Amino acid sequence: MLKYDLVVIGGGPAGMAAALRARECGVQKIIILERAATLGGILEQCIHTGFGLHYFGEELSGPEYAYRFIEELKKTDIEVKVDTMVTDILSDNVVVATNNTDGILQIQATAIILAMGCRERPRGALDMPGSRAAGVMTAGTAQKYVNIDGYMPGKKIVILGSGDIGLIMARRMTLEGAKVEMVCELMPYSGGLTRNIVQCLDDLGIPLKLSCTVVKTHGLERLEGVTIANVDEYRRPIPGTEQYVECDTLLLSVGLIPENELTRMAGIEIDPITNGAIVDEYRQTSRPGIFACGNVLQVHDLVDYVTQESQIAGEGAAKYILSKKEANNADNTIRVKAESGVRYVVPQNINRSTDKDVKIYFRVADVYKDTSVVVTCGDEVIYKRKKRKLAPGEMENVAIKLDDIAKLSGNELTVKLEV
Amino acid sequence: MIKEMVCVSCPIGCMLTVELNDQNEVLSVKGNTCKRGEQYAIDECTNPVRMLTSTVKVNGGKLPVVPVKTAKPIPKGKMFDCMQVINSTVVDAPVKMGDVLIQDICGTGIDIIATNEN
Ligand SMILES: Cc1cc2nc3c(=O)[nH]c(=O)nc-3n(C[C@H](O)[C@H](O)[C@H](O)COP(=O)(O)OP(=O)(O)OC[C@H]3O[C@@H](n4cnc5c(N)ncnc54)[C@H](O)[C@@H]3O)c2cc1C
Ligand code: SF4
Repeated sequence: MLKYDLVVIGGGPAGMAAALRARECGVQKIIILERAATLGGILEQCIHTGFGLHYFGEELSGPEYAYRFIEELKKTDIEVKVDTMVTDILSDNVVVATNNTDGILQIQATAIILAMGCRERPRGALDMPGSRAAGVMTAGTAQKYVNIDGYMPGKKIVILGSGDIGLIMARRMTLEGAKVEMVCELMPYSGGLTRNIVQCLDDLGIPLKLSCTVVKTHGLERLEGVTIANVDEYRRPIPGTEQYVECDTLLLSVGLIPENELTRMAGIEIDPITNGAIVDEYRQTSRPGIFACGNVLQVHDLVDYVTQESQIAGEGAAKYILSKKEANNADNTIRVKAESGVRYVVPQNINRSTDKDVKIYFRVADVYKDTSVVVTCGDEVIYKRKKRKLAPGEMENVAIKLDDIAKLSGNELTVKLEV
Repeated sequence: MIKEMVCVSCPIGCMLTVELNDQNEVLSVKGNTCKRGEQYAIDECTNPVRMLTSTVKVNGGKLPVVPVKTAKPIPKGKMFDCMQVINSTVVDAPVKMGDVLIQDICGTGIDIIATNEN
């Protein structure tokens, strides 16, 4: 059996940053296993700019951002196997993978980093009646057709969901000569960045219909149109508001789901809200020596945060490998909980004896103005800061100081909003 | 004339109210909570620019197209003119990161450069 100190599953920005940081921290034998033909993950098809503002201080396109990490990797002796799909993680951290040249590989790892990213919620995950005509696809699939394969999947387009990928594709398809009729959003607000609403829709005169959804698709072989309707406050279609819109393509941009099949097979505890693993401050999962980072852990909107999170995981894996650190002691664990207005937190656990300040990342459940983010331990307020605006589309964080963690009187931290 | 717009320079997204005279000169900006908001309003009203990204066809490459961007933001009103030039351009492989594929597109003085290899 092959033996490696660290096996990284997934060669997107998360996997690359984690491997590079582990290498910097002194880990010797590292391998990245990637199912696609190239490194870079989903960034390869995100050709618009807006990546790297926080991390590099410049606005790069997706492929340019990935390229910087690919070049860094080339300077190291980190091994990479592309076209290689990981199919299982056995006990004792044995990774099973398969490809055309090696057949089935079994690799004994001291530590594993899960960096499999996420995939888009497909049509099946939505409850949409109508024929199964061609022309209904996720916005990411259309993005791949246009930006990688170089052809347009349609001419008259309706987009369901105002997530960033949908907004970006509205602009891209319009620039390529398609007519984007509208973007329909179920919620009363958009899940995308304001900048994308302005530059992808307003600039091109594409209407954004809020509290609106597609209730039916029409057409037998090819999509011919959709019926849209307004929804009430409980997101139920309002009878009588139906409207027929002619189109040959319906793009779905209705959310991302972390790709956690392997994580579940490995028996790792999953957070029901993030759909990612439950982790500690070094992104170690409930299985000792297995770490997770990037979109497989929580859906990120900014790749810069993916990189930061993955560096933490790379550092954690290095500590584990080099010191053969014991598994976390449950008595020593501080649980972090989300309450009133805060939907989830990552990490969910912090070791009391940690050696650094800990940033807790979270998302809020709704749009809030002039609220405070508060972190408490029992009755004690550890952190409080006023925020002018909070929205579900923007990931937030609070930093808890090392000294404060050591001093905590209880075993539970709560992150919440206060008006 | 009064124009309303959202500042997109940061996630707070202040609603800006801009007062313009007949020569399209900015008289006042209200609603911004920092200097960047004022600058954004002035730029948007006098000379709005955008980064343009697209793909250019490649002959004999690994993939049929290579992604490109304008080296700098171009005037917003020239986006569709530039798209026409980009879509009628075909280049030969190999293409390297940062290669200039179109020079001085539509008289903007700005080049179109490759943002990946192919
Ligand atoms: C369609 C789409 C479009 C997006 N567009 C934007 C955007 O415009 N702007 C933005 O900021 N963010 C965008 N995102 C978010 C973007 O995914 C993240 O910013 C970032 O790419 C996440 O990095 P990652 O490494 O965690 O995941 P990914 O980039 O998804 O990389 C995961 C990698 O793991 C590999 N993998 C998965 N399972 C296995 C396995 N079993 N074995 C081997 N390899 C495996 C995959 O092939 C992939 O290469 C988009 C996401 C999607 C899905
Ligand atoms: S005016 Fe300043 S604070 Fe308001 S959105 Fe613009 S940059 Fe942000």
